[in-house]
Amino acid sequence: MAKENYIKLINQKLSEYSHSLLSSDHDPLFLVEQSDLVNICKILKTDSELDYSILIDICAVDYLTYGQADWVTNDATKTGYSRAVEQKIIADDDDEFPDRFAIFYQLLSISNNSRITLKTFTTKSNPPSVPSINKIWNSANWFEREAFDLMGVHFKGHPDLRRILTDYGFIGHPFRKDFPTNGNLEVTYDEDEEKVVYKPVSITTRPSVPRVIRKDND
Amino acid sequence: MTESNLSLNFGPQHPAAHGVLRLIMEMDGEVVKHLDPHIGLLHRGTEKLAEIKPYNHSIGYMDRMDYVSMMCCEHSYVLAIERLLGIEPPKRAQYIRVMFDEITRLLNHLLWLGAHGLDIGAMALFLYCFREREDLLDCYEAVSGARMHATYYRPGGVYRDLPDEMPKYSANRYISEKKVKQLNYNREGSLLDFIEDFTDRFPSLVDEYETLLTDNRIWKQRTVDIGVVSPERAKDLGFSGPMLRGSGVEWDLRRNQPYEVYNEVDFLIPIGLNGDCYDRYLVRVEEMRQSTKIIQQCIKWLRDNPGSVMIEDNKFASPKRDQMKHDMESLIYHFKLFTEGYSVPKGEVYAAIEHPKGEFGVFLMSDGANKPYRMKVRAPSFAHLAAIDEMSKGHMLADVVSIIGTLDIVFGEIDR
Repeated sequence: MAKENYIKLINQKLSEYSHSLLSSDHDPLFLVEQSDLVNICKILKTDSELDYSILIDICAVDYLTYGQADWVTNDATKTGYSRAVEQKIIADDDDEFPDRFAIFYQLLSISNNSRITLKTFTTKSNPPSVPSINKIWNSANWFEREAFDLMGVHFKGHPDLRRILTDYGFIGHPFRKDFPTNGNLEVTYDEDEEKVVYKPVSITTRPSVPRVIRKDND
Repeated sequence: MTESNLSLNFGPQHPAAHGVLRLIMEMDGEVVKHLDPHIGLLHRGTEKLAEIKPYNHSIGYMDRMDYVSMMCCEHSYVLAIERLLGIEPPKRAQYIRVMFDEITRLLNHLLWLGAHGLDIGAMALFLYCFREREDLLDCYEAVSGARMHATYYRPGGVYRDLPDEMPKYSANRYISEKKVKQLNYNREGSLLDFIEDFTDRFPSLVDEYETLLTDNRIWKQRTVDIGVVSPERAKDLGFSGPMLRGSGVEWDLRRNQPYEVYNEVDFLIPIGLNGDCYDRYLVRVEEMRQSTKIIQQCIKWLRDNPGSVMIEDNKFASPKRDQMKHDMESLIYHFKLFTEGYSVPKGEVYAAIEHPKGEFGVFLMSDGANKPYRMKVRAPSFAHLAAIDEMSKGHMLADVVSIIGTLDIVFGEIDR
């Protein structure tokens, strides 16, 4: 089935729920309301014409620093460019970034040979949350645990929402944009205490290449 | 008297755990009641690290995702960048990529077969499999200079064309001239000659492995009806690759969603019937034969069609060194590419390939900068390992080892 017809079919099947097509350059990307997410996913999976039988991936994105660059590149500055790049300190204030966290779901239909992506923003509360779709696709179990661990997004209704990739007793959510890349703690062997101890991290991350945004490809 | 279940800790430093897998098992006698995998001991935060680097710097990190099928991981990442940029590599580069993807598939399946056999007690097989892996790693080395972590695929093509010469052994006081001549017999020609010689030998070697296992009574006792997954459950659990095909679902990205030149090569897709460990074994062995066929077709095409292996656009590909000596423009392009990299247009893309273990995908998000805003790797082993609890319930402890083997897990990509 051609992509346009397919998008039409999805629009028709999901007509009850608010959704919008964000992009169809690659796989069609739909933005859905998180309150409708479970119902939409149920339709996508169980409808015999759509048949999205496999949930391929769940990816959480933190939009905190989206579009921020280290250097101004659009127009020339009066002072010229500084060689050193300072890492901006970002306050962890949810009110300032109403749509901070988004979740991307990659779905695959084997019978139609088609992929779509669903995007949904989390609630604006702290901690941010979305409903779990673990009951619809069981593969969501670990993907949701991972997103919870690394981004701190809560999946409501998940049967076993524990950390999965980080260390036992880890504090924080490392893939958030306000979590430093070099971390907060380091592990060393203390000769006096004769055991492995946690210490505040002694290294700093210095970007080797500044982040620049250029419009020449748009 | 009350009976209580026994909690058993398996790993993380256990040879049958295939890496740093820690399992907390609830046992009732020798039967597994519940199994809780603890992962993350190899978590390096590759996806976070990719956010502070220009796009090209992360290609080498992708090799370290699934460190037994290195180039396939690169492939998915490079493909995602190319899709966002809207560029396509020259056809010769696409054929080289397909050939090396299949060489990588052999590398992966050989390690899997050897290690899976070793877990279950087929000691000899491990040595045979590693003998053949050595030749394939030499192909990696000849083309990229590194035996494992190649960083060979680049957005817009591959790093360089296939070499006309293979590195040769030389005699020393431990290796005689006569022995060196034997060792170098297939290294006199180009890399393609070397690979062709390998593909001529390889099918009979697979036959040899099969004589050791396929009809072996012990092998069958350890794998038939162990870890059965129905097609419906396989889809629900997010299986892909041989795990899905072993359950009888005909799905292969190389055929169904062809990338590069997979639509021009001829191969068959093996599928299993029962969805047990034995079927998945048969599927993977047949995949090795099919990969050999694909490699042979690629060799034939590559011999007949010399040409460029990198796009001409100097925004993404470095200009030639002699151009830079007398062309100011080339010098600027070179400087910009290696200091700042290239900016990728805004957008999100998910690019998946048929990795030896299943669907390996990279979700890439750009906000228009020279570094990815967010990169997420979809690792097939991650989804497969998540199902280990369901697959092992009710089986004996020894069968858990068979199931870990059949999942074909590698911790580089599970923990990332």
